[in-house]
Amino acid sequence: MPAPLLEARGVDKAFPGVRALSCVDFVLHRGEVVALIGENGAGKSTLMKVLAGVHQPDAGEIRLDGTPIVLRSPAAALAAGIALIHQELSLCDNLTVAGALFLGAELRRGPFLRRRAMQEHAHQSLRRLGLEVDPRALVASLSPGQKQLLEIARALRANAQVLIMDEPTSSLTRVEAERLFAVTRELEAQGRGIVYVSHRLGEVLAVADRVVGLRDGHNSGEMPVGDATHENMVAMMVGRTLSNTRREAHAPGEVVLRVRGLRTQAFPRAAVDLDLRAGEIVGIAGLLGSGRSELLRALFGADRARAGRVEVNGVQVAGHDPAAAVAAGLVLLPEDRKAQGLVLGMSVMHNLSLPTLHRRGRFVDAAYERGLSERSIAELSIAASGGNQVASTLSGGNQQKVVLGKWLAAEPSVLLLDEPTRGVDVGARAEIYTRLHELAARGLAVLFVSSDLDEVLALADRAVVLHQGAVAGELAREQLSEESVMMLATSVEVP
Amino acid sequence: MKKVFGIAALLFVVAVAAWWMTRDPASGDSTFLSPYNLENLLQRLGLFGILSIAAAFVIVTGGIDLSIGSVVCVAGCVLPWLLRDLALSPAVAMALVLALSAAIGLWHGVLIVGLGLQPFIVTLCGLLLYRGIMRAFTNDQTMGLGDAAEGLRWLATGRLPIVEGFGLPVPVLVLAVVAVGTSVLWTRTVWGRHLFALGRNEEAARFAGVATGRLTVLAYVLCSLLAGLGGSLFVLDVNSAQASSFGNFYELYAIAGAVLGGVALRGGEGIVLGIVLGTALMQTLQNTINLVGDSNRLEFAVVGGVILAGAAVDEGLRRLWRRR
Repeated sequence: MPAPLLEARGVDKAFPGVRALSCVDFVLHRGEVVALIGENGAGKSTLMKVLAGVHQPDAGEIRLDGTPIVLRSPAAALAAGIALIHQELSLCDNLTVAGALFLGAELRRGPFLRRRAMQEHAHQSLRRLGLEVDPRALVASLSPGQKQLLEIARALRANAQVLIMDEPTSSLTRVEAERLFAVTRELEAQGRGIVYVSHRLGEVLAVADRVVGLRDGHNSGEMPVGDATHENMVAMMVGRTLSNTRREAHAPGEVVLRVRGLRTQAFPRAAVDLDLRAGEIVGIAGLLGSGRSELLRALFGADRARAGRVEVNGVQVAGHDPAAAVAAGLVLLPEDRKAQGLVLGMSVMHNLSLPTLHRRGRFVDAAYERGLSERSIAELSIAASGGNQVASTLSGGNQQKVVLGKWLAAEPSVLLLDEPTRGVDVGARAEIYTRLHELAARGLAVLFVSSDLDEVLALADRAVVLHQGAVAGELAREQLSEESVMMLATSVEVP
Repeated sequence: MKKVFGIAALLFVVAVAAWWMTRDPASGDSTFLSPYNLENLLQRLGLFGILSIAAAFVIVTGGIDLSIGSVVCVAGCVLPWLLRDLALSPAVAMALVLALSAAIGLWHGVLIVGLGLQPFIVTLCGLLLYRGIMRAFTNDQTMGLGDAAEGLRWLATGRLPIVEGFGLPVPVLVLAVVAVGTSVLWTRTVWGRHLFALGRNEEAARFAGVATGRLTVLAYVLCSLLAGLGGSLFVLDVNSAQASSFGNFYELYAIAGAVLGGVALRGGEGIVLGIVLGTALMQTLQNTINLVGDSNRLEFAVVGGVILAGAAVDEGLRRLWRRR
């Protein structure tokens, strides 16, 4: 049997205060897709970065086609044939498609760029991936799915044999994801090896040949995909089986959020009416680009709405100022946790107290802050060394819990959530669901947007389906199914 | 905090060097440590320290104010005019100058927040605009205070006797008040917390319900207000102002003092004590050059060189520390 394409043995990696990987083994053969699963903080990212030359391991050996190699930098890894396809798409938005594809390896004649030739090559190699775009278009104009394919094209230009995909579908539509799976299978057939990291277990079952689990920086098992089920994969990740998080049906209370004739900047012709009752969890479903996030942002006043009334507990909210929304009891857990949810450079404690500190007077109430921080860390089981830990050093799920904690401290009437579990691992996701159920039971009204239909099905009492910015229909809990949502989401006629 | 220790250590080294270079081998006395020189140095620290804190207010929001020197010029020309030509009382004249300065800051803030213009552009144009207006307004004549502000001048030139032959210059006390006030504002109030959150990530702060627009405007107002206060003290010190030169380059001294003192240009970081020490370092350097050389031709070169060396050492140490 030939040596594996990529083999890592006994990899150790420690960061100040954390042992991220201890004695981890990982093997990838040619023509194989290996799914790497684990909770956030389990060491997946670190392992990927070690394999891609971003981090140097403290101990252990990496072999490529049986030959030991040392990867000093991502560039060295790429030269050796290992490419990392990033989770946060790392292409420069202001370049053209051809420019991004050739960045750092431009074709040239002397000091001059061979633009025509690069455009021709770009067109060819993108078409092979089924991506028909003008090579002169700006990267910024591409959809997330197209950017992902462009990243893959970049890796293939460097003749990468190992492609490491980090949460590749987290911002893709269903169609784009299908395209990506097809490309993945093609790469596999060409004898390349693919490391596929995802929280979406359904995808793992669809795309992988073998599943490898990590937990707390250790190998926690592996199995061929034929033996894998949702349950045993979750067990491998969290070391226990999660209870089903569906909750009892219950009677909703008074209307707390009343929206009338809200028109967003993105969809000025679609007026949205919406009522949300205390204790209700309502999901907003729809395709990517159907105006879901825009609706939440307009409700919260992050974007100025064209027209419309938003009332919380019967009182109208100014509508163009998040501060007014927060004061009225309407809060938003935003889509982009790093840019909008947290001030990453500040401590967990200061992030938690940011929206509520001014309610305690003009001066900083240190006792309040400490109390809030200790309470939130305990109640939401935030894995932090303490309130003084800098928020950027937390894992995605724990960062999301901090965002949730800061809003719970504001004691809102309405909680808006935009993709609450994107990039959040299964364990933390279940905790967030449980927490939302508890909050709803205590009378909080919850309105959330999710691209993950399973999430809408698991969490929502009812769903509002958007199509081109307008409400295409509403589905009660009994009517909720993947088919019924998709029917409305793809409805052709615009009301 | 580590940065503050670093700058304090550097200040100590420069001071020791200054003492060594200006000492008289025969008697052992040092011009640098003479009471007269120390008084002078402290007075300049007081005056320039106020400007550095002014600059820091907008730098912590991630912005910049290049118009500080021109606002100094406005205060320096308008204060004598109010006191002498209009014969207003010192209190009213000071209040008007500070109100005018604050109005300039408000104007900057509105352009930056309301119209979304770049702080660099807005305040660069301010730099040219206000000095130009002042030159026209004064007809390029020197604006003298004469004896119109004898009482008020104590703020800039007064000395509180400490020991025989040495008095604490009053501007240092003004700086102390401004510094303590700023420090309390930054570290103990919700306002300060919001300001620093805004400086680190404006969007996240806005999403947390912080009124980021109003806060940014206020930072520019306070910056210009302090620049106006500094400018008033400068003109009270020298008793006259010439619009074409008064306060030239002071914005760069102010920014350099703040940045040298550990205020990050990307925003969201800064300690008042560091700013005061950074300014002290700048002033000590300039003072030493004046004492040692018989001309100050090399002043800019030495100041620039030392700041660059300091920044390089700081970055080098940080990398060394990160690697360990």
